[in-house]
Amino acid sequence: MREVSYYPGCSLHGTAREYDESIQAVASLLHIRLHELENWTCCGASSAHCTDEALALALAARNLAIAERSDRELLVPCVACYHRFKVVEREAKEHPQNRTILYRGNVSIRYALDFFCEGSTLEELKTKLVKPLTGLKAVCYYGCLTVRPPKLTSIEDYENPQHMDRLLEVLGAEVLPWSYKTDCCGASLVVTRTDLVRKLSQRLLSMAREAEADCIVTGCTMCQANLDTRQEGLKRDAGGKFNLPVLYFTELIGLALGHKDVKKWLSRHITDPVRVLRAKGLV
Amino acid sequence: MSQNEPVIPKENSFLAEIVQASGETLQVCYQCQKCSAGCPLGDAMDLLPNQVLRHIQYDHREKVLGSKTIWICASCYTCSVRCPNDIDIARIMDTLRHMAIRSGITPGEKDIPVFHSVFLDEIKSRGRIHELSLILKFKSKTRDFLKDTGIGWKMFRLGKIRLLPSTFSGGKEIKEIFNSFEKGKNR
Repeated sequence: MREVSYYPGCSLHGTAREYDESIQAVASLLHIRLHELENWTCCGASSAHCTDEALALALAARNLAIAERSDRELLVPCVACYHRFKVVEREAKEHPQNRTILYRGNVSIRYALDFFCEGSTLEELKTKLVKPLTGLKAVCYYGCLTVRPPKLTSIEDYENPQHMDRLLEVLGAEVLPWSYKTDCCGASLVVTRTDLVRKLSQRLLSMAREAEADCIVTGCTMCQANLDTRQEGLKRDAGGKFNLPVLYFTELIGLALGHKDVKKWLSRHITDPVRVLRAKGLV
Repeated sequence: MSQNEPVIPKENSFLAEIVQASGETLQVCYQCQKCSAGCPLGDAMDLLPNQVLRHIQYDHREKVLGSKTIWICASCYTCSVRCPNDIDIARIMDTLRHMAIRSGITPGEKDIPVFHSVFLDEIKSRGRIHELSLILKFKSKTRDFLKDTGIGWKMFRLGKIRLLPSTFSGGKEIKEIFNSFEKGKNR
């Protein structure tokens, strides 16, 4: 049993509930025990770093200081939280005398996608495949902060990342090339400047359709929410709706490994993924 | 001075302030415009990222701090990773927002700074973000109650919206963090 600390972050307790549920399920199939950080608080997300440097560092560092009480690595599924944690890590290492943060930089901070794309995990997944995702055409949507900036993420091929592609290939899906892997969806501007997020979503959905994808796969809660919920009001250039499901990579791992709760996760999406998956004989 | 060294900014200038606060040597920007070419939100900005850097070099404080751009920037870091001079432009945008809030200059975007302040109030009072309360508080500040109610209702039916916030007991620490932030603001 691999023991790992877990920081779900706020959205996994709300709009990204199926991400949380599928991570917990997949972890248990892979014999990973998740220990949710006791008394975790919000990392400050984008609002703290847009407001004050010290505040942003302190809010995120509080959680890392809790994680630092054990020597387990820390699994972080939300990209925004992950980014803020890596910023604090940089600060802790570059300015150890900074008194506003109580974290010393000793935790191995792991973003969920990177964590599940490790070579040994991919090998294990191969041996556990129950239902290969044969015939499912997917585009990988990494988004921004999963790969950028590479000084924090250590992702070398940040303009054309490959790790999620490799994961989905292991699961048996057909991964399609497209040029929008790391383009921004507008993130939290969805609340304040919905018009801009609609425009960016429109482009991403159009390009995924042009690539002839059956679904978009992501590991970012903001990307998933923006693309999944904003399709209703958007039209394809060719007319009609996009109807393009946006799935978390963990949902697809769960599906390929035959987890019993897959349908429950899929039922939480606004753009229904079941129809496409049923047509492929996958649910 | 050797040719390769960046210009030392004039003391007390806006440029010097930004260089100091962000840690970025933005004097070395030579206006190649790669940042703006790759910016996903460039067409919604009143100043393109390269223009922001130029205005800072010229000490145009009000123009930059009052711009829409600094709020529209989504911190996607495309500019930062493509800059041939290794200027972390997204980090400079953060610095500009911090200064804009403290400056009292009317922000170029009305709702975005309001959203951030409501978001932080939510952390201060509950430790975590309860999405429903956040959206309701934001709506009550901006008086826009009807927008997205359809999507909200659908998400509720799919079990994506929690009615009650989760409980936590780190309140004292969070209060301390916010106390020192508020003290810093008045300094």
